[in-house]
Amino acid sequence: MDDLYRDYILEHYRRPHNFGVLEAPTASYEGSNPLCGDRITMMLGISDGVVREVAFTGRGCAISQASASLLTDEIKGKTVEEVERMTPDNVLDLLGIDISPARLKCALLSLDTVAHALADDTEEKAEEKAGAEGSASGAQSQ
Amino acid sequence: MADLATTQPKDQAEPARLDPYRVRADFPILATTNRFGKPLIYLDSAATSLKPLAVIEAVDGYNREYSSNIHRGIYELAERATGAYEAARASSARLINAPEPAEIVFVRNATEAINLVAYSWGRHHIGRGDSIVLTEMEHHANLVPWQLVVQEKDGDLEFVPVTDDGLLQLEVYEVLLHLRPKLVAFTHVSNMLGTVNPVREMVEMAHAAGALVLIDGAQAVPHVPVDVQELGADFYVFSGHKMLGPTGSGALWARRGLLEAMPPFMAGGDMIREVHLRRSAWNEIPYKFEAGTPDIAAQIGMGAAAEYLMSLGMESVRAHERELTAYALEVLPREVPGIELYGPAAELRGGVVSFNLSGIHPHDVAQILDRSGICVRAGHHCTMPLHERFDLAATARASFNVYTVPEEIDALAAGLRDVVRIFDR
Repeated sequence: MDDLYRDYILEHYRRPHNFGVLEAPTASYEGSNPLCGDRITMMLGISDGVVREVAFTGRGCAISQASASLLTDEIKGKTVEEVERMTPDNVLDLLGIDISPARLKCALLSLDTVAHALADDTEEKAEEKAGAEGSASGAQSQ
Repeated sequence: MADLATTQPKDQAEPARLDPYRVRADFPILATTNRFGKPLIYLDSAATSLKPLAVIEAVDGYNREYSSNIHRGIYELAERATGAYEAARASSARLINAPEPAEIVFVRNATEAINLVAYSWGRHHIGRGDSIVLTEMEHHANLVPWQLVVQEKDGDLEFVPVTDDGLLQLEVYEVLLHLRPKLVAFTHVSNMLGTVNPVREMVEMAHAAGALVLIDGAQAVPHVPVDVQELGADFYVFSGHKMLGPTGSGALWARRGLLEAMPPFMAGGDMIREVHLRRSAWNEIPYKFEAGTPDIAAQIGMGAAAEYLMSLGMESVRAHERELTAYALEVLPREVPGIELYGPAAELRGGVVSFNLSGIHPHDVAQILDRSGICVRAGHHCTMPLHERFDLAATARASFNVYTVPEEIDALAAGLRDVVRIFDR
């Protein structure tokens, strides 16, 4: 009867895939939509530029939680570059339902949270790298 | 406890019964249908109310027949506009029994009215270590402006807590008043719990402690009789768009002495008596606070809304909405499995019912109800601290008005059963 609340959406909401925590994530981020109270923490285990493990926790509406469930399935095994190239349209395609403008934020919270987790990770890597180079050049000058 | 909802001396006679079916004929939007052909079931009046023909025509009349600026032109149109604008001020004053129309300052909404008081009065009277007493149930509009004032002036905010039943803890209020706050500011009717606060008693207590009192009447003026003289308040604010008037209209009422002593909030045209290059003298009240061309059409519409409400009779409006609320509080728990309701009993609340369905986010509730043409609010309703107090991320909210009928509450119950069915399948 309802276009939005199809069986598979509700199934992902009730029994989300990859719901839980990683013991030692290499990247994680907590995203939220303060206006609706949706909240998602994404945890990624990345090695050799590939997302090997992914898990999330959170609470929120059916759309936000189903989107996180579908997205985590999708990105597992993908390279970081592939994940970084994902667009909102990719997520909407995964959901396969028509999302009204008012609910776009719910649908895209998971992708936004993954993007933040990756950005934080990249920054840390860059700092580590800069730190390592800094000490290396320091060593040379001595 | 006395009937907290009635702020006017009680008549012995019962108020005339409001006929909501007749009232509905005055609201053209109620004849519309949604994209599925379902009739509109509008249960979001606490966000903004629908507008009756009288208001629509008042706005239209200004735009079609006498669109011109006020307080300036020396020609017939301008005189007509000025007359209608000032008549709207008089109507707004009568609705809350203000002693004189000059004590009504027109603003965009209750939010602007509170900001006006915070910037003009607050920043000149709140100093280091001074406290302002608020409550946990305030709309962000009656919280954030005071946060800004105390941050700037190094003052303090204190909060009257809310009980599990959604009532203010007056014994804590009494203790907070020992701090000798400069100002006490609270809502007349809660926009989330619906609680009708014992405002008269609270004003008396505040005055006894030497504090001035601001009352946020945004959810009260449309729904309960308000008499600012009987309440004894110092500042009373309300929005036009929640009382059947247009968006962009609202009012601040304050006692003449206070308004005359307060410096201007915004400066520009119309608020001055004389302007020189390096100094100016202010106009008399209320114009001192009305810089620039206002939303003339909206304020004229607000005047028409005030007249419309007075023609229905605020005692009758209150009786109608109390009956509806009692009906909702009885029907919803009985008909909807897993529903949790927040707020006090019907006799202590306005026409607001916030709720959650077990395990279902309010946004999903609102989205599915929308298919049936039912409009409810979902979210924190600009009361994040109050939601935190009840450990809730969000709630769904149904709110009623003069045009709401019991059949719409039945439809809500049926719609909520559909929501549960969809999520349980």
